[in-house]
Amino acid sequence: MQLKPILLFFGYKLVRLALLLIAVAVLTFGMMSLSPIDPVQAYVGADMLQISAAQRELIAQRWGLDQPMIVRFWDWFGQIIQGNWGTSMVFNQPVLQVIGQRFQVSLQLLAIAWLLSGLLGLVLGVLAGAFEGTWIDRGIRLYAYTLASSPTFWVALLLLILFSVSLRLTPICCAAPPGMLAQNVTFWQHLHHLLLPALALSIIGIASIALHTRQKLIDVLHSDYVLFARAQGESLWGILQHHGLRNILLPALTLQFASLSELFGGSVLVEQVFAYPGLGQATVQAALRSDVPLLVGIVFFSALFVYAGNTLADLSYQVIDPRIRIGGRRTT
Amino acid sequence: MTTLAPPQIRASEKQSNRRQQTLWTIGLCAFFLAAIILSTWVIGDAGLSPVLTQRNQPPSLAHAFGTDWLGRDMLTRSLHGMSLSLRVGLLAATVSALIATLLGLAAGTLGGWVDAVICWIIDVCFSLPHLVLLILVAFAVGGGTRGVIIAVALTHWPSLARVVRAEVLQVNSSDYVQLSHRLGRSPAWIARHHMVPHVIPQLLVGLILLFPHAILHEAALSFIGIGISPHLPAIGIILAESMRHLSTGYWWLGVMPGLLLLLSVKAFDWLGENLRALLDPRTSQG
Repeated sequence: MQLKPILLFFGYKLVRLALLLIAVAVLTFGMMSLSPIDPVQAYVGADMLQISAAQRELIAQRWGLDQPMIVRFWDWFGQIIQGNWGTSMVFNQPVLQVIGQRFQVSLQLLAIAWLLSGLLGLVLGVLAGAFEGTWIDRGIRLYAYTLASSPTFWVALLLLILFSVSLRLTPICCAAPPGMLAQNVTFWQHLHHLLLPALALSIIGIASIALHTRQKLIDVLHSDYVLFARAQGESLWGILQHHGLRNILLPALTLQFASLSELFGGSVLVEQVFAYPGLGQATVQAALRSDVPLLVGIVFFSALFVYAGNTLADLSYQVIDPRIRIGGRRTT
Repeated sequence: MTTLAPPQIRASEKQSNRRQQTLWTIGLCAFFLAAIILSTWVIGDAGLSPVLTQRNQPPSLAHAFGTDWLGRDMLTRSLHGMSLSLRVGLLAATVSALIATLLGLAAGTLGGWVDAVICWIIDVCFSLPHLVLLILVAFAVGGGTRGVIIAVALTHWPSLARVVRAEVLQVNSSDYVQLSHRLGRSPAWIARHHMVPHVIPQLLVGLILLFPHAILHEAALSFIGIGISPHLPAIGIILAESMRHLSTGYWWLGVMPGLLLLLSVKAFDWLGENLRALLDPRTSQG
């Protein structure tokens, strides 16, 4: 009986996604093709002097670089629809395979950082809001404002200097001990290498969620129903549990899902600092070495990632807040 | 009667203090930033030449930021880098604010399909991670300093354009603009005479709050190697270089320039917040 509105919701989301992806595809491919960088030269690099014009022509032909832009776009677009996102020049593998492998590595990093930033941000925000005006609040606010304007890669650098170089607690780079085969890495070694990058990445998201949660909680605590609950002798903890959390959770969740976009961007920088072989590092390599198919593929993928985050946020409202159910009566 | 007087005086005293405080903060921040930008010409290139007898010295009185592996004074290098980064950021953010104004005004006044197209472009920009979009644009225009400026300028306008559009839509529905329409004024005339005066305070604050983002993104792009070319002492380049000397324990190479970057960004933040409090007291809280 509730099936139709849900189907409509997903249908609408899918159509919007398709339109968005087409727009992103046209935009990125247009920009890539207007780029003055010659892919053949970028791929061959310093060996360019040893290559004759005929060989160069052959390479360009092999990659279809001699075709006009429209033809190349249709070639590429046709391939995407068939599930082949072209071949990466840097990794010499299908783009989809590169993205798949790299994203698997990045996913653990992203997931840990996402959970950490959400939980820490929420806890700090609740603490600051509950003890508004005290030194706890001031300390947390100063911390959040400073974090909000400090560059991610510099924070990552500081963590690296402190924990890896000075204290020697964590490894200095990579996702596994050097010279070790992927299947021999134990779970603990893996976690050990993941810890610092995840912490660095989580720090970006903490500030905004803590500050918003604080503001929302202060609004709640100044409301009439909380005053009434206080008059009845409810403790601070009880008020937080029964009145605070319900009201805080929704905006926090929205922010947290919306932060996926920033998280993805941050992972590019953090993976660069820690030499972590994830999707972010692949993005940098693709850009530095003019790997057009891979870069376009990653742009595409990141758009999909952000869209998935936003859709999940939309869905989570309906699970959490009974007032905004799909197909329910809309009061506004 | 006399008992009522003291609190009133105190209240007004406090108000003028707040205003003075705001003005002082604005002045100090502006002075600090101007000093960094102009420092390049004051201190000159003296500290940039290698002095091999003074390699890898930790921060001291003679070298507040220490020296690097070639004996160059890190304070001089950081100031040069910050000055360059600030100038690049200022230029890019200003261009971005111009784009935002034009598109915001166009979307708000013309409406119809123009509005729809501009909103759609804004949505597409927001659907990609900002850093990925920056890398894409910087790469597409060929990298380098020019690439960074274009990338930062082309990707920072959407949020400001939204603000301008909302402001314009609000003014557009007011009676005097409706009257102006009826009197046969063209949309361009209305935009120039009715919209721009309303939008300028918003824009000024928006522009200043855009600078920190622009500078941070410029530094990030230079840091990963897609931005300003490696032989210029940009702040991102200096931080990227420090990465290579991390494991040797020369912590000041990374910490001190980053601190300068953080301070500059905070200075812009304070400047923007205080200017907003001054120009638009309704939106400033507390």
